[in-house]
Amino acid sequence: MFSIAMIAVLITMVMALARALMGPSVYDRILAVNTFGTAAILFIAVLGFLMGRPEFLDIALVYALINFIGTIAVLKFFKYGNLGYSDEDSEGENA
Amino acid sequence: MSLLLEILSWIFIVSGSFFCVTAGLGLLRLPDFFSRTHAGGVMDSLGVGLLFVAMALQAPGYLVIIKLVFIYIFVLLTGPAAIHALTRAAVHSGEIPLLPNEPDHSEDTSSKP
Repeated sequence: MFSIAMIAVLITMVMALARALMGPSVYDRILAVNTFGTAAILFIAVLGFLMGRPEFLDIALVYALINFIGTIAVLKFFKYGNLGYSDEDSEGENA
Repeated sequence: MSLLLEILSWIFIVSGSFFCVTAGLGLLRLPDFFSRTHAGGVMDSLGVGLLFVAMALQAPGYLVIIKLVFIYIFVLLTGPAAIHALTRAAVHSGEIPLLPNEPDHSEDTSSKP
């Protein structure tokens, strides 16, 4: 039953990876990596149910946290060129 | 009761898989960055949501359902936030949306089919 969901998630991961490799702008690549991370959360959860061990959901939860922080960190690094940038230097500027 | 759970799980799995593949296809085929963010949103809301409902129907205990609900709430909170930050950064850096009455921009912003 869950093998169909696994195949669909794998197809989605391949498509997101293709967009990440050939994206024209850097934002297309970040969006594709974000979608790939969501597909990886689904992959880990479905894999746990497929192997009869739903404890894999803990790993999926940690991966969801890392995915969000990774996307925001890459955006900040791309904007400022430095992850240690503090927001006090530019009050009126929106990130 | 068990047969009903099986049928409901199949319905949710097939529809969730459909929305996952749709999101991937939209990510590949949509012409413009701002329309591709829509495909990312489909993956965050419907793909994850329907597949997690199917998993909750097949879950062996309440703890698994609680974990699934937590992951889904977290994805629902952070997915739109990440995509909004991404779109805002793209607008700031001068990415141009593909408008229907400006065919001049369609050459440089559209992707290769």
